[in-house]
Order: sequence, then C-alpha cells, then structure tokens
Amino acid sequence: MPKVNLSHFEAALLFAFFTSIVLGVITKNTDRERLHYGLYVFGCFLAALFGIAWVMKLGHG
Amino acid sequence: MEPAAEIPHDKLKTGMASKPKEPKQPMPPFKLWGPAVIVGWLIPGGGHFLLKKRIRAGLVLFSVASMFLFGLMMRGTMFQPQTGDLLTMIINCGGFLGNMANGVFYMLAMMLGYNQPDMAGHVHDYGTKFLVSAGLLNVLAMVDAYEIAIGKKS
Repeated sequence: MPKVNLSHFEAALLFAFFTSIVLGVITKNTDRERLHYGLYVFGCFLAALFGIAWVMKLGHG
Repeated sequence: MEPAAEIPHDKLKTGMASKPKEPKQPMPPFKLWGPAVIVGWLIPGGGHFLLKKRIRAGLVLFSVASMFLFGLMMRGTMFQPQTGDLLTMIINCGGFLGNMANGVFYMLAMMLGYNQPDMAGHVHDYGTKFLVSAGLLNVLAMVDAYEIAIGKKS
C-alpha cells in the first residue's frame, strides 16, 4: 500500500469533497436538490476551512 | 393576558402551544428494511443498490471506499475498544464502532494484517479521522437506505 503525504489543506479538501457527496446523496429528494445541497455543503466546508485558518493566523499574531 | 382561572386545566398543565400527542407508529417489519441495512453496512452503497438506487449507491461506494483508502494510505490507526476513564472509553469504543461501520473494508484490512501503531504527525492523525469518518458516512447511508426501504423517502 503506497503511503501518501498530504498537507493540512489537501487532507481537509479531500474530507470536504467525500463528505459533501454523501451528504448530498442522502439528504434531499430530487437529483437537482441533491446536487445543489452537495455543492452548498462543499462551499460551507471551504468557507469554514479558510475562515478558521484566518482566525488561527490572526490569533497567532 | 388570560386570567389563570379561565384557562382549562389540561392546557394549564401542558402549556398552550402543546399539540395532542400523535400515536407512536409501530416499527416496520424487519424483512422490509433489514436486508437493505445489513447489505448497506457490509458493502457501502449496497443498501441503495438493493433498493434500485444505483447512481446513489455508486456515489456512496465511491466516497466511502476512497475515504477509507486514503485513511489507509495516510497510515491512520484503527481503534481498539478500551475501558478506563470515561473519555478513553468514549473515544476508543466510539472510534472502534466507526471503524467497524466500514463493513467489508474494515474486515479486509484486518484480515490482511493492517496494524498501524498510533504515531505523532498530522498525516497519521488525518488518516485516523478518515478511517472513522468513512464509517460514519456509511452509517448515514444506512439510515437513508432504511428510510427508503420503509417508504419514508424516495
């Protein structure tokens, strides 16, 4: 089994991608709603990722 | 405000906003949802496949399998159930259940001798979280398969 070395950003991005797919698939009732919800959740993950990263950067001074 | 004397006794007791309780629905028969949930646990997406939701099944399988594989490639640790103080028990038993929820992937990894000790470093740490999260995503997919099987969702 090959070993992968991912940065924090890459790992969090992968996590957001896979989680968004499953949350989109299981949550809504029509395919269109599922696609929209999956993209929305992925956007929320990205916003949280960048937001929290900036909070930590500014917090460290 | 309405004087207390004019409020009927039953409303005083339960509050004005309370609605009459709906009768509890009986549990649907096991044979209706059991196969979908069990197959969904063993093979992520299998429950949806059994219920003829093939695209959704494929997406769940792709996501859970990829996340689990990345967890293995990042050399994440599999949890073992441990007792001790409350926090240790919650983390280890919860993590073990999360790992177990990966179904056949977890069994295969264990059978093929995957045994990664807990090591410091963000990659190992992310790997451990990926392994548990893949299982938790599969639990969500199993709940969805259950709701489709009993007719609550389409």
